[in-house]
Amino acid sequence: MVEIWQGLQSAFWLIATLDADLVEITLRSLQVTLTAVLIACALGMPLGTFLAIQRFRYRRPVIAVLNALMGLPPVVVGLIVYLFLSRSGPFGALNLLFTPTAMIIAQIIIVTPLVASIAHQAVRELWSDYHDLLLSLNATKRQRMLTLLFDARRALLTAALAGFGRAIGEVGAVMIVGGNIDHVSRILTTAIALETSKGNFALALGLGFILIGLAIAVNVAIHALSRTERESIW
Amino acid sequence: MTPLLPLTVRGASVRRRGKRLIGPVDLDLGGEGITVVMGPNGAGKTTLLRMLHGLARLSEGKVTWNRPLAEAQTRQAFVFQTPVVLRRSVRDNIAFPLILRGEPRARARARAENWVARVGLGEMAQRPAGVLSGGEKQKLALARALIFAPDILFLDEPTANLDGRSMREIETILRDTMAEGTRILMATHNIGQARRLASEVIFLYRGLVHERKTAEDFFAAPQTAEATAFIKGDIVE
Repeated sequence: MVEIWQGLQSAFWLIATLDADLVEITLRSLQVTLTAVLIACALGMPLGTFLAIQRFRYRRPVIAVLNALMGLPPVVVGLIVYLFLSRSGPFGALNLLFTPTAMIIAQIIIVTPLVASIAHQAVRELWSDYHDLLLSLNATKRQRMLTLLFDARRALLTAALAGFGRAIGEVGAVMIVGGNIDHVSRILTTAIALETSKGNFALALGLGFILIGLAIAVNVAIHALSRTERESIW
Repeated sequence: MTPLLPLTVRGASVRRRGKRLIGPVDLDLGGEGITVVMGPNGAGKTTLLRMLHGLARLSEGKVTWNRPLAEAQTRQAFVFQTPVVLRRSVRDNIAFPLILRGEPRARARARAENWVARVGLGEMAQRPAGVLSGGEKQKLALARALIFAPDILFLDEPTANLDGRSMREIETILRDTMAEGTRILMATHNIGQARRLASEVIFLYRGLVHERKTAEDFFAAPQTAEATAFIKGDIVE
């Protein structure tokens, strides 16, 4: 209990004094996570929609694999991305290892299946409602996808927030591909892991509270901006 | 513009999993007015309308419009028994077909405003369509179907489960629509409504066209025992 109290105090002082290191790693956390989530949404939402409305051979196995990928172990993703980006790997020449870009790539791989799967579920239900109407109105495939994406926007926002939640708290993959290098690739989760290993539990807890606060703040901000709870329906 | 009708149907049938839902049907549809499709549950009323509109795939036979199919599809509209409302405002629901057809959003919305008022939903224009009552949703669906002035309008029991007032309002819209030259093909269970609206009746029984007559002749002197029983309100299986 003492550590938790000290952690709260640490969090308070770090925020109150606008600790330079804290600001830097918080901004980097947000940069890495938001970039990864945006790209994952750009990939995952159309993919989920496509899988909901398009019939093709092996569609069911593809959906099953996509759902299974939601449970990808981040450490394994980190390891694979590491191998691809390391000097001897196929993308070694790009010198991306131990950079925020590598962390973003790993997070995209982790988050995209989650976003695509939730999007698929949401759009599939909507598609069963809209199917006859959109066919009756001769909507093209592109128009169908855009209509479904637009009308499923609330559920897709949930998908994005789920992706954000997964990415902001992710540590295994980003530790491996980012290396937790001070002023380069250190983010909140990797800093927490480092401080814990050093025995600085109060500071680690303080950073943890800030991480939780950040996640809640982003969720609340997105809900407020999108007016999720204000409209009487949808 | 070249007329979309006559519609010619020859030997058309729809099967699902080996079971014949309707057909073979031979039908010629031209002219004007309201043709009401009647028959007991499972007779194939909905399937007939969906087949003609292209929503149910033909298993055999042919459905031929007076214009190429691609054009014909853009000149017809369908109103479903359970109205489908998009997750957007009433006005944007009604403007939706125009936007799909490439009309600028502002102009589509302006035209939709006219229809919103015409079907009596003026005060609801900006509200999410999901908050409407059943009758209001059906009026929305009707306005959305009519906004692009289709040559033919298919209606699948559009007033089922609606109260008398909503039914009367929808029937008024349908009469106006017919007067403006839109051909209407409507399935209904409601014999009173058929008497009020129909200029012609198609009576379906077990997936086949059992009788087809002017409404006056059909209600005055039905030819088959099933149609007679149906009109009398007896149970027809």
